[in-house]
Amino acid sequence: MNLRKYLKVYKKFLHTSLASELEYKTNILVDLITAVLSLIGSIFLLSIFFQNNGSIGGWEFEQALIIQSIYTILNGITNTWFNPNLTEIVKHIREGTLDFVLLKPIDSQFFISLKKINPSGFLEIMLGFFLLLFCIRINQINLNLSFLTLSLITLSCSICILYSLWFFISTTTIWFVKTWNAIEVLRSFLYIGRFPLNSFSFSLRIFFSVFIPIAFITTIPSEVFLGLSQLWKILLEIIVTTVFLITSRKFWLFALKFYSSASS
Amino acid sequence: MVQKNIIDVRNLSKSFDISSKEPGLKGTIKHFFKRQTKSLKVIKDISFKIKEGEIVGFLGANGAGKTTILKMLCGLIYPSEGSILVSGYLPFRRKENFLKNITLIMGQKQQLIWDLPPIESFYLNASIYDLDKFEAKSRIKKLSEMLEIDKELFIPVRKLSLGQRMKSELLAALIHEPNILFLDEPTLGLDINAQRNLRKFLQKYNKETNATICLTSHYMKDITSLCKRVICVHEGAISYDGKLDLLLKKLSPVKEILIVCRSEEDAIKLANSSFTVKNKIKNEITIKIENNSITSSLKNILNNFDIEDLFINEPPIDEIIGKVLIKKDYDI
Repeated sequence: MNLRKYLKVYKKFLHTSLASELEYKTNILVDLITAVLSLIGSIFLLSIFFQNNGSIGGWEFEQALIIQSIYTILNGITNTWFNPNLTEIVKHIREGTLDFVLLKPIDSQFFISLKKINPSGFLEIMLGFFLLLFCIRINQINLNLSFLTLSLITLSCSICILYSLWFFISTTTIWFVKTWNAIEVLRSFLYIGRFPLNSFSFSLRIFFSVFIPIAFITTIPSEVFLGLSQLWKILLEIIVTTVFLITSRKFWLFALKFYSSASS
Repeated sequence: MVQKNIIDVRNLSKSFDISSKEPGLKGTIKHFFKRQTKSLKVIKDISFKIKEGEIVGFLGANGAGKTTILKMLCGLIYPSEGSILVSGYLPFRRKENFLKNITLIMGQKQQLIWDLPPIESFYLNASIYDLDKFEAKSRIKKLSEMLEIDKELFIPVRKLSLGQRMKSELLAALIHEPNILFLDEPTLGLDINAQRNLRKFLQKYNKETNATICLTSHYMKDITSLCKRVICVHEGAISYDGKLDLLLKKLSPVKEILIVCRSEEDAIKLANSSFTVKNKIKNEITIKIENNSITSSLKNILNNFDIEDLFINEPPIDEIIGKVLIKKDYDI
C-alpha cells in the first residue's frame, strides 16, 4: 500500500467533504446545537439515575461520567465519520454507484469508510474530551505515561470495534439491500453503553460482552481511566479488536464477490 | 500495422438469481415469508475479440445483456462461466494497473460531487490515480478545451445542465488517460447538439490516443457515427458480430426510388418494364432496386425514359436496426 498516496487522497477527502458541508451553513449550526443539547440531556438523565442511589453497580456518579465522556467521544466519531460514510454504502449499492468506487485504483474499504466527514461531529468529540478532562480532575486521577498509553490503546480499540460492527452490518446490504433497521438497533445498543456494565443483570452483561461488545467499547476504557481495569481485560480488548477488524475486512471482500451492481 | 486484441472473451456466461412476486397482498405476504428465486442465464456462451483502437457498438433491446457484458469486461461482475482477458488482465481481480487502464462512463449515474464545482472532483480523482498537481492541471486544461467546458469547471455540479454535467463526467472519467473506455449510454437524455458534441469528442479522443471504445446506446446516430463494428446482443447471446455497413446492406438490400416522369405515358412504360413497382400515381412511380445494381439501373432509366426528377429513399436506420433487436440470428 502506497501510504503517501493514501494520505494525499485522504487530504482531498477532507477538503471536498468539508467544502460540501460548508455549502449548508444552517445545517451545521443546527447540528452543533443538537450536539450540545444532547450532551446536557445525557448528563441530566444520568444524574436522575444517581439521585436516590449513591452508586449503581459499584460506580459513583463522578465515575459514571467518565463512561458518558467516552460515549460522547465515540458518538462524535460516529457522527463525524461512520454515519456519513457507512450509511452511504446502502445508497451506493441500491443505486449502483458502488461501481465507481470499485473501479478506482484504491482500496474500496478505505474509500467508502473515509470519503466524507461531518464537521459538526468534531464539536461532540471536543465536548467529550473536555468532559473527560473534567472527570480526570474530579476523580483525582494521576496522569502518567502508562496511564495515557493504556487509555489511548483502549480508546482506539473502542473506535475500531464500533467501526467494524457498523461496517459489518453495512456490508450485508450487498445481499439484503436495505439494512437501516440493523444500524438503528446497533445505535440503540450503543446508548446502553452510557451506563456501567455492572449496572445490568448477569445475563445482560454476558450479552453485551459477547454478542454486542458494548463492554469493550465504553466500560473497559472507563475502567482504565479509573485504574480499575485488569491487564487481562485490556489484552482481551486488543484481541477482540483484531478479530473484529480482520473479520469485517474479510467479510467485505467476500461480499463483493456477490455484488451484482444495479441495473441501468 | 497489425493491431493486437485488447479484449478477448471466450464462452462467457452469467446467471443471476432473480426473485419473482405474484401480484396483490397475498402475493406480497407469500413473497415476504417464502421468496421464490430462480436462476436466470442472462449471458449465454458468448465469445468475441476487440482490437486495440477499435470502437465497437453493442446493440440490443432493453434487458438483452449489453450492460452486463460491459460490467463483466470492466470487472464489476464475476462471470459464471468462461474467460475474459482485458489488456492482459483478468478484469474481476481489479488489479491496480488494470484499473488505471480502463474507465466506465454510465449515462444514468454520476460520480461528481453534487454540491461542489467539477474541478474539485477532478483533483480528487487525480489524487486517486496518483497524478501530481501539474500533470493533473495540464490534463484538466487539455480535456476541458477538447470538451469545451472550461467555463463550467468552477460552477457547482447541481447548477450545471445535463449536457455540461455529462461532459464533466467524461472529464472525471478520463483524467487518468485510460486506453479502454466502456461507455454505457453516454448520450442518454442529452439534446441533439450535446449528443453531437459528445460524439465529436469521442472520435477525436479515439484518434488522438488510439483508445479502444466499447459503447452501448439506444441512439442510432451514436452507433452509426462512431462504430464501424457492432455486436448485436439478443437475449444474452450474440446475434451478429461484424461491420455495421454490412449489416445495414444485409437488412436493407433494396432502395426505393421515386421517379417523376414528364408524362403519364412514360410512367406507364416504366411500370411495364422489368422493375419492381411499389406504387404509381399519375406520372409518379416508386420502384425498388437492389443495392448492387443501383448505378446500372439508374443509367438505364435515364437513357430510356423522359425523367423530370428522381429521389432515392433510404429506409430509416432506426427501423433497420430495430429488426436486429428482435431477431435471434444474422448469418452474414
